[in-house]
Amino acid sequence: MKKFLAFSILSIALGSNGLLAQTGGELHFCLRSEPKTLNPLMAADDASETIRYLTGGVLVRVNRLTQDLEPELATSWKVTNGGKTITFQLRDGLRFSDGTPFSADDVAYTMQQLMDPALHSPTGDAFRSSDGKVETQVLPKDRIRITFPAPIAGLDRLFDQVAIMSAKSPQKEIAVLGPYYVGENKAGSYLILKRNPNYWEKDPAGRPLPYIESVRLDIQQNRDIEMLRLTRGEIHFINSLDAEYFDKVVAQDPSMAHDAGASLDSEEMWFNQVASAPLPSYKKAWFTSTNFRRAISESINREDIARIVFRGHARPAVGPVSPANKFWFNAKLQAHPFDQKSALQMLAQDGFRLQDNVLRDHDGHAVEFSVITNSGNKYRERMATMIQQDLSGIGIKLNVVTLDFPSLIERITQTFDYEACLLGLVNDELDPNAQMTVWLSSADSHQWNPSQKTPATTWEAEIDKLMRAQASTLDPKKRKEDFDKVQEIAWQQEPFIYLVNKNALSAVSPAVHNAHPVVLRPQVYWNIDQLSLTSEVARNR
Amino acid sequence: MKWARAAAIVFLLAVSAMCLLANVIAPASYAHQFRDDPNASPSRQHLLGTDDLGRDRFARLLYGTRVSLLLAPAAALLTSLLAAFIGGTAGFVGGWVERCVMAGTDLFLSLPWLFLLITVRALLPLNVSPMVSVLITFAMLGCLGWAGAARIICADARALAQSDFILRARASGSDGFRLLWRHLMPNLKPVLYAQFWISVPVFILTEANLGILGLGVAEPLPSWGSLLRELESFSTTSAQVWQLVPLILFIFVVSSFHLVLTKEELPV
Repeated sequence: MKKFLAFSILSIALGSNGLLAQTGGELHFCLRSEPKTLNPLMAADDASETIRYLTGGVLVRVNRLTQDLEPELATSWKVTNGGKTITFQLRDGLRFSDGTPFSADDVAYTMQQLMDPALHSPTGDAFRSSDGKVETQVLPKDRIRITFPAPIAGLDRLFDQVAIMSAKSPQKEIAVLGPYYVGENKAGSYLILKRNPNYWEKDPAGRPLPYIESVRLDIQQNRDIEMLRLTRGEIHFINSLDAEYFDKVVAQDPSMAHDAGASLDSEEMWFNQVASAPLPSYKKAWFTSTNFRRAISESINREDIARIVFRGHARPAVGPVSPANKFWFNAKLQAHPFDQKSALQMLAQDGFRLQDNVLRDHDGHAVEFSVITNSGNKYRERMATMIQQDLSGIGIKLNVVTLDFPSLIERITQTFDYEACLLGLVNDELDPNAQMTVWLSSADSHQWNPSQKTPATTWEAEIDKLMRAQASTLDPKKRKEDFDKVQEIAWQQEPFIYLVNKNALSAVSPAVHNAHPVVLRPQVYWNIDQLSLTSEVARNR
Repeated sequence: MKWARAAAIVFLLAVSAMCLLANVIAPASYAHQFRDDPNASPSRQHLLGTDDLGRDRFARLLYGTRVSLLLAPAAALLTSLLAAFIGGTAGFVGGWVERCVMAGTDLFLSLPWLFLLITVRALLPLNVSPMVSVLITFAMLGCLGWAGAARIICADARALAQSDFILRARASGSDGFRLLWRHLMPNLKPVLYAQFWISVPVFILTEANLGILGLGVAEPLPSWGSLLRELESFSTTSAQVWQLVPLILFIFVVSSFHLVLTKEELPV
């Protein structure tokens, strides 16, 4: 009787933590395109990154929920030598999916492949701090030391993206250390990932992970069909939804809808400040005026945009960092208020005046400009239309122009023949170093005035200095202070007028247990090895 | 089918009249955003509800129909005139001129239209008002749509040029431009007329296609293209059947344009 009681209590305790999860079954979800590669070092598109996440074993992993770095194939690690060197202590006794033993040589091989200039690995780009060779040194007792030619801020977190490949396996990149391996790949149709029998992690009850036997990824571009398949129970989740589809899911079954809150992605607008742009000089003067940009910003009702365009599934953006980025967000800053009176006062300081509901500059030019955005993106078109009405409130005529994407890119990167642009920034990285190419005045992606030889303004020079300073130190506190100042300058100067941060929206079938969608990608299956299916679904598949 | 033709004419006239009186009939401006009332269901205030931005759908339908119904015939007229000039001259003159013009026409027909329109649209100045943008869009359609009609007109003009009455006119001393203008063109009228009526729905559809791609008429001006864009996602529309009204009107109008043509006027 005592034994039975003890067993019952243990079962309840384990069950309450989801630890007695059902094993087996096949998880189904859709990829929006075919993966361009199965080589984890070459993954750059969403589909390839999904395969990498589900199959790749990494030394360390950013926990998508806590945003902290956690050990995976490495049990510990240490960054030394001013951020140039990282030493990993590896788990022993691990094997790849094909049975090949894992060792430090595999890490050395992966780093050699990653940094091979002939391979052009997109993942490797983040490690290329300067010219010079990356040295790997295999140390006794399952340790490896990797030394880079120059310091890399946030070095350890970059290894979240590096899936370790086998140096010896005849199966090459198909041999993996992650929870699944590619079992079947029907080009253009589907992929089946099978459970890695040699996966190293176990649950607290000592049962091998992952719980789900296989994952079927159907390639499906049409979102309507994806939605239909979810409602029919043919797939188990949709990782990322837009606001319209999300509301549809809410209407059908609220228990399936998950709004994880503001994501790292932002929508923003900026003015062309390129000195050589083919624009009249009076317009260049408007766009380079801080007061003008601030006035435009304060004339835009971000709350309305979030409420109407994104149906409440977005929040007014504050600056370059979303509040979802727990560590790097400068909590002292608030989104710019909607205050057209204040906007007109700021404009008056620059000599603008409102005459018969038309805003004119000090030379009498009526304020009229165009904003370009990519055609086919209805959310951006709606935002532009709302901004159009908002700006008419201070006498500004805004012309909304939608262009096909290549034409738009040509205008904003080559001809600079545009006045303002409205686009979004998809951000996967938490570390500010990922934004170096945006904030350095010499960078190509410094969109409002790219590739400057010397900073055009004092505030851009200050941002350059602060971004370089934060990149050259390992002290997180000092880095945070510097990047906080960058955010403050961006907030004051508004080279980008940040509009909203979209929420991370997803839909998950009740058949999936232990799913806790988060704001970081991949929102739903970040804890794939912990997910399980209900016993009924697991049996039927 | 006379009754169907009459009904189509009456229907087109009624729709045109409503659109011309849009300023009087529409309960609100097509651009005004009732931000407290987006995606509203039909009500006394908003007969067809409001769209995603809170704009009155009925007003947008009236103005959008006006834009498409006024400008599509204008573009069709431009196309017909260009086709008459190019095809008529080539067929009348004949010989190497006809061969060169028809080779050029074939080349024009082989161009990928949609990409051409997208490219031309991308090259246009950015700072134009919505009204100018819509004029440009339809002018582009008119200028690019002549080739198919020119081929038909060329064949007709060639046949007419060899007919007895033209021979008699030539024998009477009529030649050159006078022969073309006084004797040939009036006899091309039926086929030009048919080409015009066929082009109208084609341009309405083309503008709608461009609108669905987001490359049609600039916001906030409505057109059928932008109204039909709301139907992109059928799963979200199914619950709001009143959103289908622009589509139904569009189908009826395009069908009416086809019914207006008599059997004799349809090109073979």
